[in-house]
Amino acid sequence: MASAAKKKTVRTIPQLRAAMPEQDAGQRSRNFAEVACGYRLEDALHEAERCLFCPDPACVAGCPVSIDIPGFIRRISAKDFRGAYDVITATNLLPAICGRVCPQESQCEGVCPVGETLEPVAIGRLERWVGDKAIAEGWSSAPHIEPNGFKVGIVGSGPAGMACAADMAKAGCEVTVYEAFQEPGGVLKYGIPDFRLPNAVIDAEIENLRRLGVNFECNTLVGRLFTLEQMRDEMGYDAVFVGTGAGYPSMMGIPGESLNGVLSANELLTRCNLMRAREFPQYDTPVPVGRRVAVIGSGNTAMDALRVCLRLGAEKVHCIYRRSRAESPARAEELHHAEEEGVEFHWLTNPVEILGDAEGGRAGNVKGMRCVRMALGEPDESGRRRPLPVAGSEFEFPADVVVFAIGTNANPIIGQTSKIRLDKRGYIETDAELATSMAGVFAGGDIVTGAATVIEAMGAGRKAARGIKRYLGLDPESASPERLFGIPVSEKNFARIRAL
Amino acid sequence: MARAAQTDYEIVAREDFSDATYLLEVRHPLMARAARPGQFVIVMAQPHGERIPLTLADFDRRKGTVTLVVQAVGKTTREMQQSCHVGSALHALAGPMGVPSHVNGAAKVLCVGGGLGVAPMFPQARAHKEAGATVIGVVGFRSRELVFWEDKFRGVCDELILCTNDGSAGLRGLVTDGVRLALEKHPDLAEAVVIGPPVMMKACAEATRPRGIKTVVSVNPIMVDGTGMCGGCRVKVGGRVRFACVDGPDFDGHQVDFDDLMARLARFVPEERRALERWSESCRAKEPAPLEETLELPDPFEEVHGG
Ligand SMILES: Cc1cc2nc3c(=O)[nH]c(=O)nc-3n(C[C@H](O)[C@H](O)[C@H](O)COP(=O)(O)OP(=O)(O)OC[C@H]3O[C@@H](n4cnc5c(N)ncnc54)[C@H](O)[C@@H]3O)c2cc1C
Ligand SMILES: Cc1cc2nc3c(=O)[nH]c(=O)nc-3n(C[C@H](O)[C@H](O)[C@H](O)COP(=O)(O)OP(=O)(O)OC[C@H]3O[C@@H](n4cnc5c(N)ncnc54)[C@H](O)[C@@H]3O)c2cc1C
Ligand code: SF4
Ligand code: FES
Repeated sequence: MASAAKKKTVRTIPQLRAAMPEQDAGQRSRNFAEVACGYRLEDALHEAERCLFCPDPACVAGCPVSIDIPGFIRRISAKDFRGAYDVITATNLLPAICGRVCPQESQCEGVCPVGETLEPVAIGRLERWVGDKAIAEGWSSAPHIEPNGFKVGIVGSGPAGMACAADMAKAGCEVTVYEAFQEPGGVLKYGIPDFRLPNAVIDAEIENLRRLGVNFECNTLVGRLFTLEQMRDEMGYDAVFVGTGAGYPSMMGIPGESLNGVLSANELLTRCNLMRAREFPQYDTPVPVGRRVAVIGSGNTAMDALRVCLRLGAEKVHCIYRRSRAESPARAEELHHAEEEGVEFHWLTNPVEILGDAEGGRAGNVKGMRCVRMALGEPDESGRRRPLPVAGSEFEFPADVVVFAIGTNANPIIGQTSKIRLDKRGYIETDAELATSMAGVFAGGDIVTGAATVIEAMGAGRKAARGIKRYLGLDPESASPERLFGIPVSEKNFARIRAL
Repeated sequence: MARAAQTDYEIVAREDFSDATYLLEVRHPLMARAARPGQFVIVMAQPHGERIPLTLADFDRRKGTVTLVVQAVGKTTREMQQSCHVGSALHALAGPMGVPSHVNGAAKVLCVGGGLGVAPMFPQARAHKEAGATVIGVVGFRSRELVFWEDKFRGVCDELILCTNDGSAGLRGLVTDGVRLALEKHPDLAEAVVIGPPVMMKACAEATRPRGIKTVVSVNPIMVDGTGMCGGCRVKVGGRVRFACVDGPDFDGHQVDFDDLMARLARFVPEERRALERWSESCRAKEPAPLEETLELPDPFEEVHGG
């Protein structure tokens, strides 16, 4: 092969990473337009040159869905952009989304050998560039589809549900996605703000699914409007996938949490993104706009909340996190952008109390925070050093809005309304193929693993799709199981299976 | 069974009970089938609108419709009063939401509805009646002209105590006066169900507490999604934080922290006022709107009655 002849080394490739064109920090922290504007053609070609095309690529192993990374980068170099898109979408259906939101520094880019001496190949940016190009050109990965007569129902339209829907539609099933909100997209729509992931990108990916024949039914709260059992036994679904996400935000249980001005990041972000409260009163939904905001937590959700508050017009935005910067679970790029935009970080700090205006009459409002400094002690179960409060280090500062971004618990609705088996914390229990305790019902994404990432949820959706194909006998490689729980599958007698 | 395809939430009937209270009957066969007493829906009247929670005041499985009774108190509910007509459609209608009320076949049940809570009490009273209970109803209105559904309530209550603030119909007084009367007359009440403004529910719960009568209230905090995802609807019950949309909306009235609920209902008062003023102005610009005298917002800390 020609390219193998002139083997590249770290010394021969372009040394500097192609810079990402970005909106200036001062300007962007006041608008909701996308921060990272995306590579131009010349940036993408430059960056593609930096890939060594490793014979045993570490990046592929580092990718949760094993995208053929050197394969697609090679096609960019060869200016076969459609080919690059086809390589990516063989494993990842949502390149424009994942290129923007994956934590590349702890996945593919974190293990790329170029990164040992230089900055690693900007795999995420290249992936995004290919995804954006596909949207602009109207490419889609729709193959010829042979209908097979099976009906598959998907509960939840986040990345897990979207990925499972796409695979089942491609396999020839009639697929319907049910979503409780008025628009599909899950966290991508209601949680992650436009300046990081524009709605147009999500809508384009949803449109691609529609082109595959996937039907979306919004305003449908599964469990309450109809149950999983009814989907299977009465509505004619041969298989069901549950991807309802984690949801249910946690609070800390410190004094002052019910003061007005205290809310979860999910509430803030849903009001602002999905309900468009940032355009209040053109849109009816309000959002508390603080002058001085404190956000507790330091993950992606916290970064989004901090940066949304800045854009809503806050003068001062504080981030409070009980560990140090090194332990922050946010994507490196988001942390960096938040710092550039002027967020004030209080590392090794824990809130003790939210202070209210005692004489403010009947509706108590937030007026400040009391925090304590922390020091890192011995490593805990997660391997991270456990933060411990430093005696006598309490301090206060003024705030009028306090946002909790410290994680979520399992949403209870599916558990309340079906007999599906849950684990101790309320997440859905599955086997290795993502089959649940209910015959024909599979689950994946945050509702199985707890809050994780977009790519992991997508990977779970695809994995469940493989399980469903095997279950329905659509997988040519492995014959379908003939008996499930001791009953011939051909009987499809779920009532009997449930009675067991 | 009908497929779930339902994108058009058509309004098939409307009735106006008074200047401020109106009934909408909306086509949604699946929801009519699934609905249970005590559940609610989330409505968006138009694409720029807010998601607002409304209790299912009735549902008709044969006709495939659900019934909402709405009080025009702010921007969204007043706009709906103008825009929702027979033949028009809601932008979004999701539900039924919340845990259905527990109808456990108690022998004698007190069903109390005031203000926003009169209509939502109906399906609960009916369910208790159908479960074989003796149902004592107490409903409150400001005055005679505002009374609605009296026949419907009489149909499912063994005894109905109607209260009006001015005494123009039934007992003169507040709902809580009706409750006190019922408690005196019926020493054998096993359970009470109370729906209405928080201050009314609080007063009723205090009235039943000394008698140790199990008292269920339906709380109405501000909501966004109604699916347990935002935590905006959190309430304190017995010292624990619960989400009204997925853990409720029914809770033990002797355990609910009503002061907390009332304080949190006032979260968006300035914004609500701004939205209403802006909307009223735009109405006035189009045509002389008759809204001026009602521009004053209701106060969740005062016991307001229906109408
Ligand atoms: C603010 C925020 C920022 C994030 N940033 C990043 C990031 O930068 N990178 C990254 O990799 N990850 C990020 N994540 C995490 C990532 O978004 C999630 O891990 C991922 O979206 C989970 O996907 P999912 O499909 O399992 O569920 P979700 O995306 O949560 O979707 C579930 C959907 O199901 C619907 N639903 C729930 N119950 C029902 C029901 N009973 N009936 C019908 N529909 C129902 C919900 O309304 C929702 O739309 C972020 C998360 C948040 C909250
Ligand atoms: C579970 C639940 C069931 C409900 N059922 C009904 C019903 O069947 N019929 C009905 O008319 N209303 C019901 N409500 C209240 C209804 O949702 C609010 O009146 C509505 O959201 C007000 O919207 P708005 O834009 O018109 O007024 P806004 O401008 O938002 O508010 C105007 C004023 O109304 C009051 N208000 C706002 N939200 C609420 C609330 N959630 N509860 C009580 N008062 C509020 C406040 O005093 C506020 O200042 C219910 C609320 C909940 C949570
Ligand atoms: S590890 Fe880095 S250099 Fe090697 S193939 Fe992957 S992106 Fe290219
Ligand atoms: S309304 Fe959002 S959690 Fe209940």
